[in-house]
Amino acid sequence: MAFEYAPAPESRSVVTIASSYGLFINGEFVDAKSGTMFKTINPATEEVLADISDAGAEDVDRAVAAARKAYTGAWGSMSGRDRSKYLFRIARLIQERSRELAVLETLDNGKPIRESRDVDIPLVAGHFFYHAGWADKLDYAGYGANPRSLGVAAQVIPWNFPLLMLAWKIAPALACGNTVVLKPAETTPLTALAFAEICQQADLPPGVVNILTGAGDTGRLLVEHPGVDKVAFTGSTEVGKAIQRAIAGTSKSLTLELGGKAANIVFDDAPLDEAVEGIVNGIFFNQGHVCCAGSRLLLQESIAEEAMEALKRRLGTLRLGDPLDKNTDIGAINSAEQLARIHALADSGDEEGAERWSPPCELPDTGFWFAPTVFTGVTQAHRIAREEIFGPVLSVLTFRTPEEAIEKANNTPYGLSAGVWTEKGSRILWMADRLRAGVVWGNTFNRFDPTSPFGGYKESGFGREGGRQGLGAYLKEQS
Amino acid sequence: MTDRVDVRKTFKLFVGGAFPRSESGRTYEVTGADGGFLANAAKASRKDARDAVIAARKGFAAWSSATAYNRGQVLYRVAEVMEGRRAQFVSDVRDAEGLSKSAAVAQVDAAIDRWVWYAGWTDKVTQVLGSANPVAGPYFDFSVPEPTGVVAAVAPQDSSLLGLVSVLGPIVATGNAVVVIASTDRPIPAITLSEVLATSDVPGGTINILTGDPNEMMPWLASHADVNALDLAGVSDAALATSLEQEAADTVKRVRRATTDADWFADPGLSRLRAFVETKTVWHPLGV
Repeated sequence: MAFEYAPAPESRSVVTIASSYGLFINGEFVDAKSGTMFKTINPATEEVLADISDAGAEDVDRAVAAARKAYTGAWGSMSGRDRSKYLFRIARLIQERSRELAVLETLDNGKPIRESRDVDIPLVAGHFFYHAGWADKLDYAGYGANPRSLGVAAQVIPWNFPLLMLAWKIAPALACGNTVVLKPAETTPLTALAFAEICQQADLPPGVVNILTGAGDTGRLLVEHPGVDKVAFTGSTEVGKAIQRAIAGTSKSLTLELGGKAANIVFDDAPLDEAVEGIVNGIFFNQGHVCCAGSRLLLQESIAEEAMEALKRRLGTLRLGDPLDKNTDIGAINSAEQLARIHALADSGDEEGAERWSPPCELPDTGFWFAPTVFTGVTQAHRIAREEIFGPVLSVLTFRTPEEAIEKANNTPYGLSAGVWTEKGSRILWMADRLRAGVVWGNTFNRFDPTSPFGGYKESGFGREGGRQGLGAYLKEQS
Repeated sequence: MTDRVDVRKTFKLFVGGAFPRSESGRTYEVTGADGGFLANAAKASRKDARDAVIAARKGFAAWSSATAYNRGQVLYRVAEVMEGRRAQFVSDVRDAEGLSKSAAVAQVDAAIDRWVWYAGWTDKVTQVLGSANPVAGPYFDFSVPEPTGVVAAVAPQDSSLLGLVSVLGPIVATGNAVVVIASTDRPIPAITLSEVLATSDVPGGTINILTGDPNEMMPWLASHADVNALDLAGVSDAALATSLEQEAADTVKRVRRATTDADWFADPGLSRLRAFVETKTVWHPLGV
């Protein structure tokens, strides 16, 4: 049953996109010495949004030098109280420009405006607010009296939550007294560049935040730069491993937030309608471009059939299309490259004998799209049960006992998140105790908060972002 | 009356709660600080190291599921038994490190006290490193530290007992299991410690002590998929440390780098207790 909805697009008029952008170094937008540019596009329409500078080795040198100068100068000698006030300013500026940032994020990333407006941008402001308050209270954070900052942080972030990942990186780094050089993902640089303007509006001292746009080579030059004291990376496990290898033998400290293959476990006593909402939110939130996505659904055998029917019914009501439309549930896949990867993995599901299902779903003619997809008959050996797809593709497995659910849930090199659905509180805690994952959602999924530490076990990385624990990524304990 | 001929000991490995020889059949000569012969220690092979990881994985299951209170009692028991062997430790450390009697006593006393300190941490780390998180929504949200898993460690080369205990204590106090390679040239205090551990209710496999050459064993442990973390405290060779870190990256191991100029008498702070724990955050809705 599909309802007809009139289009309800959010206005683009709040956003002004320049035709081209320089790099943000030492408080100013400057042309890249590399002289090369690349284009960022709207993945829903393939419309070119802007020309973006591709930072090269000289640019990385300049940015790291600017960050060093700010660290040994204005920022490094500033009191925590004053750092705090700058971060509060930034938080307020983000709130003031929140609609603009939400629209910009949706244009560049392809995610539904409902998500960028109601989830991403409020969390971004929240992150700066939360960490602003820490800047002058670090003595009480549990890292000894007078903990020290690390220095210049090189931060490389992904395209799935562009501005939110920037906030997760920059807010704690600055609160702890570090300066940063951040590289946004090549397909989603625009909100990071808007953030650079926000730093200017906040009169943040030059060099405290530097934004270098570029692709993998820029990121590699940045994390391998000898002038960097700290590397923080969110992205694929493959690149994370390469970074860990690259900084071996240096004194750089490292935190990694990598891939996941989370189990979302539904017991037979779970309230089914709520669980179905949780399953949908778990895997189709942000088109499944979520490292902690609940991409493996584990259904208790006795309710598997009933749950699948309810899930399919619900998926039939999801609305895929214009990300700027306020009624859209599923937006565009971020890039042609990512779409190809999703296709390849989904095809492996067919080849390996799993059964594919998608609701009737019309895909727009331009842009990158993938219909919500569910695979049943999946075994633990299938690639779609082992590898991160990073798309709207759900693999369904079944289990009989809680022990079997734990066994299957933990049977992965990843360990970022997990979900448990049951009426029994004691069972949620029993499961949470045994799941080897950094975040466990009981009767909910994909919740985030600045006060709540987030990060993985095993090959999902190390270090936490958010909460008191997250400060440890940017502080040196003094004993 | 003639002097009694003393009964000498064969020095072996400590794996899974038992005292095997190296499967390779190899030994190496250990000399004291004065150059005199002390013992033929077992020279563990890469196969011994792999066996130790299997033992540690089993030990981890038992140790990490014990209550924090129980772990504290067991570790305190270790300190009690160490105290009973104080004279032996002093003699071992003296021979190994060439210290004066009083300096060796200071090392041993500090080592036992350090162990007591960590025994008391088992049921406090969760409160000190964990938190209830005031999220902006109708959820109860809390974070707890959990052990990382199996840690492969290289004990400090100089400080044969205090350094060893300072590395082992935080690893096991937080619920991890460990395969530790003792100081290569000064392994005897570690072997004595293994005899203490064997009689202190520490579940077999929780702490496994190998003697031999880290250059030989560590590459295998660094690339071992069932090892979760490396503590390179005693790796002084920068090239080896770098290559171990590189190997560790293939399975995203947590790595604590080599300790340079460590003052093992100093207050250790929390940094070692924090090194091999994972923070787990649990969310649950509030509602009626």
